Amino acid sequence: MPDLAEITQRNATIAVLVENEAGILARVVGLFSGRGYNIESLTVAPVDADRRLSRITIVTSGTDMVIEQIKAQLDRLVPVHKVSDLTLEGPHLARELALIKIVGKGEARMEALRLADAFRARVVDATIESFVFEMTGSGDKLDAFIALMRPIGLTEISRTGVVAIARGSRGL
Amino acid sequence: MSATLQTAETRTMTGAEIVLQALKDNGVEVIFGYPGGAVLPLYDALFQQNAIRHILVRHEQAAVHAAEGYARSTGKVGVVLVTSGPGATNAVTGLVDALMDSIPVICLTGQVPTHLIGNDAFQEADTTGITRPATKHNYLVKDIRKLASTVHEAFYVSKSGRPGPVVIDLPKDILIGKGPYSEAPQAPHRSYRPQTEPDAASIRAAVRLLKGAKRPVVYAGGGVINSGPEAARLLGDFVRMANMPCTNTLMGLGAFPSEDPQFLGMLGMHGTYEANLAMHGCDVMLNIGARFDDRVTGRLNAFSPNSKKIHADIDPSSINKNVKVDVAVVGDAGAVLKALIECWQAEEQPQDKPAIAAWWRAIDGWRGKGCLQYRQEGSIIKPQHAVKRLYEITREMGRETFITTEVGQHQMWAAQYFGFQKPNRWMTSGGLGTMGYGLPAAMGVQIAHPDALVIDIAGEASILMNIQEMGTLAQYRLPVKVFILNNEYMGMVRQWQELLHGSRYSESYSEALPDFVRLAEAFHARGMRVTEAGQLDDAIREMIAHPGPVIADIAVAKDENCFPMIPSGAAHNEMILAPGQEGGVAGVTDEGMVLV
Ligand SMILES: Cc1ncc(C[n+]2csc(CCOP(=O)(O)OP(=O)(O)O)c2C)c(N)n1
Ligand SMILES: [Mg+2]
Repeated sequence: MPDLAEITQRNATIAVLVENEAGILARVVGLFSGRGYNIESLTVAPVDADRRLSRITIVTSGTDMVIEQIKAQLDRLVPVHKVSDLTLEGPHLARELALIKIVGKGEARMEALRLADAFRARVVDATIESFVFEMTGSGDKLDAFIALMRPIGLTEISRTGVVAIARGSRGL
Repeated sequence: MSATLQTAETRTMTGAEIVLQALKDNGVEVIFGYPGGAVLPLYDALFQQNAIRHILVRHEQAAVHAAEGYARSTGKVGVVLVTSGPGATNAVTGLVDALMDSIPVICLTGQVPTHLIGNDAFQEADTTGITRPATKHNYLVKDIRKLASTVHEAFYVSKSGRPGPVVIDLPKDILIGKGPYSEAPQAPHRSYRPQTEPDAASIRAAVRLLKGAKRPVVYAGGGVINSGPEAARLLGDFVRMANMPCTNTLMGLGAFPSEDPQFLGMLGMHGTYEANLAMHGCDVMLNIGARFDDRVTGRLNAFSPNSKKIHADIDPSSINKNVKVDVAVVGDAGAVLKALIECWQAEEQPQDKPAIAAWWRAIDGWRGKGCLQYRQEGSIIKPQHAVKRLYEITREMGRETFITTEVGQHQMWAAQYFGFQKPNRWMTSGGLGTMGYGLPAAMGVQIAHPDALVIDIAGEASILMNIQEMGTLAQYRLPVKVFILNNEYMGMVRQWQELLHGSRYSESYSEALPDFVRLAEAFHARGMRVTEAGQLDDAIREMIAHPGPVIADIAVAKDENCFPMIPSGAAHNEMILAPGQEGGVAGVTDEGMVLV
């Protein structure tokens, strides 16, 4: 019988602090593709211009052994400063932003507005026959909203992928 | 000190001069390279100085293997210089080879001028893109003010932590332009600071397990060699102090003396019966500087099923990658061994001496099998015998001897029958298994050790993959000996076809071979051919005595197989032994058939 830890999958949200330099994203992405790891989402942006640092947030899944491998492999890239497994290291906040375009007239249009209100999505653009909603929240909340919008004129979605940070006073 | 520093800091030089100055400041004496348009400024700068010697190879792949041979036999960083485009792409095999075997190499590649990058210019290749997964790290220098610091950083990255190859891509305008030179920084690196000193707690946990062991085994790999000769000395001290059996991986041969009574020989796919059964049956395993490679473990779920495992490695990503271990020790092999010895001496818990004596009796029983025995009868030379005699004769002569190999059966026979008493004397392509490695690697070794005896134990197929380097041997009068075990087959392929594919020898016959004697002569070397067992010893002596390069073409038995063998997908206790030695004969499973 294989060890249970070797077969059960888990999700992990990993924060990686890196040098903001050419090629760093290619190194990280190449690591995942070259070693056959999953990427569910990946976001990156500079977070400290003075110290030339960027932060990458990766959502991935795998067995414990694989996730430990992913972290160790990331950590040994030369331009990586720090790797943190937010899922493992305590409670954390994870947020995603989506822009959602709905096209329609009449009752469907009204229904879209009502649902948006219930989900606290904001109207950021409107024409006589369309809306663009902006919504921030957990991935699940975004998924639920998008599912409701599908039959009433959903035409386009743009999502950022997850950004995350640990709760409390602890820093990366 | 401050005066020289200041002049150096304020000195303005061309990019090419900056590169050479930085190489010099990092202790480089020799580089292996091949010119081309994009690196002409560097060649011009080389021409105007004498501190760095350039060795002109005949193919860029060989330049990297030569640098590997140089690095592995000296412990220093090997340096390569190649042009853009095809120069860089030709180097890729060598880079991956160095990556897989953790060899410190720096490869300077030319690049088209920065304003042409991305335009499909003549001899442009996306070198940093191509070599990203082929290196430990790579750089494209786009600002001459960062050139000197990049070269210094490349040396630090290449040799610290787990060593590996680093590429620096140098656009031609950067080499021609002028900029400031700066010396290597004293400050630590911003982000890359590998742990070399082990945690005391992990050492204590390791020692507690080791002291309590009834059936211990020490399994040491290339990490011990990479750490330096002191690590090998400490390994010997520890193994003897603890009275434990010791086995080495292919990469680790020489880390523990082969003639020591506590040595079990190499382990793994073509390892000895005693080493593999000790791994299978042990209760505590100390892996130091090895990575539980699939050639070593065999079928993972049957690997050493009843042992507690301690894994010491400088690369945390090697720990718990293939095999889940009980105690992880992160650190440099030498530092780990030093800490282990100190903690061992301080720890009062006694060893279970009767149990260990019983374990040695079991091991002696396995040794009694004589798994490496062969019978040299008649006039046809057995390949095992050729290697064994080569070893014995060089040992009698007492000359400093370095061995490189190509890839195949001859490589495994070299590993089995040539003994190494010291580290850094054995260079073989382990992780990548690159045919064509041995001749250029031998070149690099001979450059570093001009008076030593350097022998490439080769196969007739592999040697043809970088045979052009005979020209380099001639140019620099490098007295490398190429000792070909000529079985007229890609023997290792033929062996797998015999055992796994119903003896259908598809494309594995070495058809239309050259006349190696005349080939040697065409390259201004000495050629010899040996066909009779009775001539072997004299031929070996003659080869060694010859002051220049030699190709000795040794006709050996064509159908010999390399045993013991753990077929892919089998367990250590399912080894196939040579015919006539009974043993657990494993069937190859369907899962095993898909493995390489
Ligand atoms: C570059 C490369 N291509 C293919 C292989 C696969 N391969 C492994 S061993 C071998 C045969 C080597 O033949 P030879 O050099 O005559 O050695 P022998 O096994 O006969 O001793 C081959 C083709 C390899 N290892 N490297
Ligand atoms: Mg052959």
